[in-house]
Amino acid sequence: MNTTRGFTGPSRAARPGLPPGQYDAGDDWPVLSAEVTPQLAADDWTFRVGGLVAEPRTWDLSGARALPASAYAGDIHCVTGWSKFGVRFGGVSLDAFLDAARPLPSATHAVAYSHTGYTANLPLADLTGGRAWIAWDHEGRPLSPEHGGPARLVVPHLYFWKSVKWVAGLELLDHDEPGFWEKNGYHPRGNPWKEQRYSGD
Amino acid sequence: MTETAAPPPAAFAPPTRFAVPGRIEVDGRVAGAWQPATLTEIRRETPRASTFRLAVPGWAGHVPGQHLMLRLTAEDGYTAQRHYSLASGPDGSGHIELTLDHVRGGEVSGWFHEVARPGDRIEVRGPLSGFFAWPGDRPALLLGAGSGVVPLMSMVRHHRARGLTVPLRMLVSARGPEELIYARELGTETTPVFTRRAPDGMPVGRLSAAHLAPLLARPPAGGWEAYVCGSNSFAEHASRLLVAAGQPVERIRIERFG
Repeated sequence: MNTTRGFTGPSRAARPGLPPGQYDAGDDWPVLSAEVTPQLAADDWTFRVGGLVAEPRTWDLSGARALPASAYAGDIHCVTGWSKFGVRFGGVSLDAFLDAARPLPSATHAVAYSHTGYTANLPLADLTGGRAWIAWDHEGRPLSPEHGGPARLVVPHLYFWKSVKWVAGLELLDHDEPGFWEKNGYHPRGNPWKEQRYSGD
Repeated sequence: MTETAAPPPAAFAPPTRFAVPGRIEVDGRVAGAWQPATLTEIRRETPRASTFRLAVPGWAGHVPGQHLMLRLTAEDGYTAQRHYSLASGPDGSGHIELTLDHVRGGEVSGWFHEVARPGDRIEVRGPLSGFFAWPGDRPALLLGAGSGVVPLMSMVRHHRARGLTVPLRMLVSARGPEELIYARELGTETTPVFTRRAPDGMPVGRLSAAHLAPLLARPPAGGWEAYVCGSNSFAEHASRLLVAAGQPVERIRIERFG
């Protein structure tokens, strides 16, 4: 162990729920998009599920809102090191969209893409079973543009770069295809509990 | 490291191709390994920011604009990790420099500003990410605020050290002259913008369309690659000004603090 002289860190009441190498951001919710925030009106937002599905489907915001409401209340973890506890997102479970489009048996992975063209790849198993949402509310208010409004993907059990802002669709594939950060040196899956930050972790 | 190749034609392409492509490929094996680093020098830049020079014998070299991850370890095994932009250019010296703000209550920046002294050993991994990198090939328009100037200064230093002729201009915003990091090093490529207090004869105010208009009215051949670094509010402000002045959105790279 390479101890740093004179470094003690904070008091050691380790916060349960904090993945390795993360710190508690408290009330902050940093904005970390690498591109210009798009001016995307709620009326112009659409969400498509395509690729290896029985029936490609597209929803607008009112169509998406007509699906059964579902909320996530819990923690989120950013690869840059901060975690935020007790965050509440309101929207619809991604299962509701996938059930409508019916993934083919050959579908194993997905590329989630943004209205900006940003992409992130995910195993399909990380997007099903009540572990992923399309969210348009944060703490009961409409999601702000900087945080991905009108609507974003929320996959809270993975590092948050996977939770595509201004989400435009999911393309289901029979193989893994690296997304934007994954092509820029980041880990293909991004599990914070295994500290999968960069390729090779 | 090489220029990013075009993706194979079979790859899925989203219907909107708006996102900014990466600049360089990153070697995952190099980025993955923690390496010992020894602090060799501390230089004060402003009342709140200092530069920390580190000897990293195993440093693989970096491209200006890249960052690293840094780790401090307590006696009981507790570790704290942070990402910091590299301030130095890729000079092959076996040393790298970081410039850190002293964040109130910050466990890592607090250690650097209050405890650290030459000879101390820490660990680093990197360089990381190929997105905000500038290899020195395209004309560069750099917009920074506060310590957002740090990765941009790596580009300026690289430009000077290699005697590059590709155009490079920097606009850097600071509250006042005493808070302008690297003030002594800034040259004719840089226009400082003072938001609260300015030296006599210089205006006080935010970065504005008037600062960008002359640069974007007559862009260099091939156009500018814009790099924006600072707080989220600065990044939003500066990127909107760039878009309004005609800079293509896919040629604006943003690094926000967080």
